Amino acid sequence: MKAAVVVFPGSNCDRDCKTAVERSTGAKVEMVWHGETQLPAGLDLIVLPGGFSYGDYLRCGAIAALSPVMKDVKAAAERGTAVVGICNGFQILCEAGMLPGALLRNEKLKYVCKPVDLDIVNGQTRFTAAYQGKRQARMTVGNGDGNYFADAATLDRLEGEGQVVFRYRENPNGSARDIAGIVNARGNVLGMMPHPDRAFEPDLGSADGALLFQSVFASA
Amino acid sequence: MRATVHVYLKPGVLDVQGKAVESALHGLGWGDVEHVRVGRTLEFDVDSADKAAAEAKVKDMCERLLANTVIESYRVDVA
Repeated sequence: MKAAVVVFPGSNCDRDCKTAVERSTGAKVEMVWHGETQLPAGLDLIVLPGGFSYGDYLRCGAIAALSPVMKDVKAAAERGTAVVGICNGFQILCEAGMLPGALLRNEKLKYVCKPVDLDIVNGQTRFTAAYQGKRQARMTVGNGDGNYFADAATLDRLEGEGQVVFRYRENPNGSARDIAGIVNARGNVLGMMPHPDRAFEPDLGSADGALLFQSVFASA
Repeated sequence: MRATVHVYLKPGVLDVQGKAVESALHGLGWGDVEHVRVGRTLEFDVDSADKAAAEAKVKDMCERLLANTVIESYRVDVA
């Protein structure tokens, strides 16, 4: 069981992600600098963490999406390795073209930082299997650009194909159709704005995020 | 040659910054202001003698980095 957390200049949830994955699953987690051209061999999970990569210059995630390491992240995803992008990581996955859509400025122009209740829309993915019939999860969001946008046809397709994984019960940022997290068509790349890495032990207010990481390794 | 690139959110994509600026302008008394869009302008030099070639090069840059065409449209001026 092995995971990597990619560290971009400006990432600030990288160490949280490492701790969350280690404590949730017991997996060995390596930190990989964005300038590397090759990921470690034998990974079951790649995490793109939250933060403000490249100071959110140009657009959130736009420059990180072109980092040297992203070529290998894409290649690993094409081989079927699980990839999860959390918050800024979700923005990077969209900018890299690994997930459809984009994250816009929050509807009320406000940075939103609070716990949110989520519906688990698809409990059959590689990232949600361990929730086992649990239909809701609680995690925190912390974002200024978390307002998911895609055109109507794309949204219809995401919903029709079961690619919407998490939905907000109370939409905090104006996201289209209350979407909080989606997977790609193949089901091995997940992007989500809420932070499972801030919800992996009851002392943090919720342990629901641990189940997400456990799901990945249960299916690895 | 000098390239100027204007990037705006596409029509139909809610521009919350534009809305906020618009309501602030209304507050200052310019109640007739409508449809404010906040965008971004980039200026840079490109090494090209031929205007058409420079334009093509800058458009490629827009598609790949300067604009996110899922949500944004762009306009290129080369002089």
